[in-house]
Amino acid sequence: MTKHRLSYTLDSTLETVESAEQTATRVAADAGFDEDEVMRIAMAVREAAVNAVLHGNGYDPAKKVMLNFERTNDDLVITIRDQGHGLDMSKIPDPLAPENLLKSSGRGIFLIRSFMDEVHIQPSQTGTEIKLVKRVHGGSADGKEATP
Amino acid sequence: MSMKISTRQVDGVTILDCSGRITLGEGSIILRDNVSQLLAKGQKKILLNLGEINYIDSSGIGELVTAFTTARKQGGELKLLNLTKKVHDLLQITKLYTVFDVKDDEAAAVKSFN
Repeated sequence: MTKHRLSYTLDSTLETVESAEQTATRVAADAGFDEDEVMRIAMAVREAAVNAVLHGNGYDPAKKVMLNFERTNDDLVITIRDQGHGLDMSKIPDPLAPENLLKSSGRGIFLIRSFMDEVHIQPSQTGTEIKLVKRVHGGSADGKEATP
Repeated sequence: MSMKISTRQVDGVTILDCSGRITLGEGSIILRDNVSQLLAKGQKKILLNLGEINYIDSSGIGELVTAFTTARKQGGELKLLNLTKKVHDLLQITKLYTVFDVKDDEAAAVKSFN
């Protein structure tokens, strides 16, 4: 199986969020996704990066965000890991519940799940890892590799 | 492209012509500040023209909700005008499309405040 992989270690800043989104846009476009799918993948990555920078690492300059893109024959797999205390999944409300509709936050994970084919969230005491999977429909991993 | 807002008055309604991105950080803050300043000045009929907004993230969606609820709490009204497909789709999947009063014609939108 042919694989292409890109890995980054980034600071806990808003610039990291922008950079993660831009890199995801480029990688998804290079993987052959159409414009709408590229936008959805990039938004999912942006939301995951926001969670890592803000809620995971709390903008702590000593903590890093690890971003990894992997393209196989079948999937684009993106992993975002922070060094926080671990996301408490029980505290994430359903943003579609009537009592939460008018809340100003809490939609990030929902949007990620809406835009990706698979989402795996693994919180631990040393940080949270979120793995995003998008199927490559009819694509070939022998295509152009993303430029780092 | 960061967010930009220009303001104009039409028949007692304040129209905010927004362009760029409403995202975590600057974009969200610009929107919040503009709406807060209008409400503080007693300009409580607010129409957000989002026709040139090409991107919005979950923070931006939250900021729209905050603007809407803040206006309502202060006896005002905030409506949305000219949603792009991207913003429209996001409001649909977050079930907010029916919460906001969304218009696609400016003259009719202005009239609807009175």
